[in-house]
Amino acid sequence: MNALNKAKEPFKFYTQVSIPELTGLKAANIQELLDLIKTVPGSVIYHHTHRFLQQHQYLSPEPPNDFAYWITGILGEEELGEALYSIDTIQYTTIRELRDEIIRTIENCIVQHPRSLHKFATPGEEFHFVKSVSFIFQTPYTASDLEEFQAVLQRVTINSIYFHMFESRLRIGRGTNDFSNWLEDSLSEKKLANKIASLDPYTHTMENLRITLIKLIEKRIVKSMEKPSEAELAFPKP
Amino acid sequence: MPKITDYEPIVGINTVEELRILAGKLQGKVIQNINSTAVGGGVAEILNRMVPLLQELGVDARWDFIKGGESFFNATKKFHNALHGKSEEITPQMFEIFMETSQRNIDEVKIYGDIMFIHDPQPIVLVKKKDSMPNSKWIWRCHIDVSTPNKQVWDFLTPFIHQYDGAVFSAPGFSQPLPIRQFLISPSIDPLSDKNKDLPQETIDKVLEKYHIPKDKPIITQISRFDYLKDPVGVIEAYRLVKKRIDCQLIIAGGTATDDPESTKVFAETKEAAGSDTDIHILPIPSGSDIEINALQRASTVIVQKSLREGFGLTVTEALWKAKPIVASSTGGIPLQVKHKYSGLLCHSVSGAAFAIKQLLNSPEYAKRLGENGREHVRQNFLLTRHLKDYMLLFLCMYHPEDVVYL
Repeated sequence: MNALNKAKEPFKFYTQVSIPELTGLKAANIQELLDLIKTVPGSVIYHHTHRFLQQHQYLSPEPPNDFAYWITGILGEEELGEALYSIDTIQYTTIRELRDEIIRTIENCIVQHPRSLHKFATPGEEFHFVKSVSFIFQTPYTASDLEEFQAVLQRVTINSIYFHMFESRLRIGRGTNDFSNWLEDSLSEKKLANKIASLDPYTHTMENLRITLIKLIEKRIVKSMEKPSEAELAFPKP
Repeated sequence: MPKITDYEPIVGINTVEELRILAGKLQGKVIQNINSTAVGGGVAEILNRMVPLLQELGVDARWDFIKGGESFFNATKKFHNALHGKSEEITPQMFEIFMETSQRNIDEVKIYGDIMFIHDPQPIVLVKKKDSMPNSKWIWRCHIDVSTPNKQVWDFLTPFIHQYDGAVFSAPGFSQPLPIRQFLISPSIDPLSDKNKDLPQETIDKVLEKYHIPKDKPIITQISRFDYLKDPVGVIEAYRLVKKRIDCQLIIAGGTATDDPESTKVFAETKEAAGSDTDIHILPIPSGSDIEINALQRASTVIVQKSLREGFGLTVTEALWKAKPIVASSTGGIPLQVKHKYSGLLCHSVSGAAFAIKQLLNSPEYAKRLGENGREHVRQNFLLTRHLKDYMLLFLCMYHPEDVVYL
């Protein structure tokens, strides 16, 4: 069935803005970095693995975490840097799991390349641990069907898209992104919901992600306008 | 003075909408800013723009000053330099003068804010009034690079800083071990100011004409005060290495303070280093000539900031906003703005700077892409609207100790 449904519950768009809070903690080599990664609050791990998404609206996506950037750029440990860059963040549903993977990756590298322990950042180039303090609030926008949803997606800030795609999934711990949840639960758009859930949003810029979402929805809307095929008319789905 | 709606075409209507929502969450709170002067200096410049915009958004922001005589400001100037890490002789008498004037201000300045936003060390002692206002929240905004502060001055200020509810620094490296919350708020530029607004080509051409700069070869530019820490002679050395392979010209332009003997000396040394090379233009630009600075930046092919030490480096922000490819030292706040090979090239030496400049001059497409990335990075992170957002979030943080706040 191609027709579009009205939602049982409208989607309320929230948004998120954050301010960095300094922890005063810093590391000058890999061991110090590792020790602090193990003990800092989850908000610190979240900051260093997500801040680039909102802060770096480059024309191409930026390397996806500060630990990797520092280890590669400052300590010159490219192999470990690459291993950290390539952590598939989307597969983790809690900060705890993500933190454990970062720890495992660094520990493995130290075992394989113990010389990496002898590299120090010069004064002024240490890694400073910062945490994100997030403020979440409702925007005036709601959507009750796919067309409204697509229109609002064009209008809201990237902060709003960020909140529903990243923060609610990982930091608030909802498991999947809010858009997919609503599309499936309130609009019975399971296929579209799955398509969005299976994106790797970490390899998009936020504007690019917005366009990708809009295109997926547009495609579904166009499909709903198509005439049903003869087979569909002959054998309508229950 | 621009209105908040004037920023909508630059940052998007939706971003300004978010600012209005945040402002609404501060209803009923009075924010009292206190610093030492209404004019002159970076802090006054920021407050002159921020306070009216906060008010327009609906935040009850106000601005008052402390008073002080010449000896007080001489002492605080020394404190300022010492906190920056400069070697200064600090005498016990300076601390006495500082405390005497501070006490007078405690007695005379009217304190009424729900949030007291105190800028820099001059008014720091006002926090002694905190006990008489039990519900007030006190924030100390440190605009100074205190990454390597003079211990004597820092230790003197520390007991006052500890009484605040929060402190704000401009770069992660400036934070110090403190028992209070510390926030990171980067400075910003105003895209609508004379220094940063779009200029018609005729204006740019007129400025080039005025300074006899031909347009027939690429222009490398450094805009900065004539100061050893900006390394103008190092810039000339880098230019000479580039010039061996690529015909180009160099502009070094910036203010010279007539009351600063060091600046006059650096200017003379820079002139001497330039020698008789007619492709090097050393331009002392009088203060208030923001449009000229803007035009020179816009006329440039590559912009350099080869500082040996830097606070935040707002000249870098200005260059990036103009989508210029930049070569800059990896120091102070510059790495926050320039991500190597994404929004510019970082360097650590004369030869490194020269190599990076050659790369950019020989690869205009790559240079263009870095410049465009840089502009977008500034749009997202270093414009006045982001600064407004950060200030409002900072105020809200005073009422929310948690890491995830639902408003």
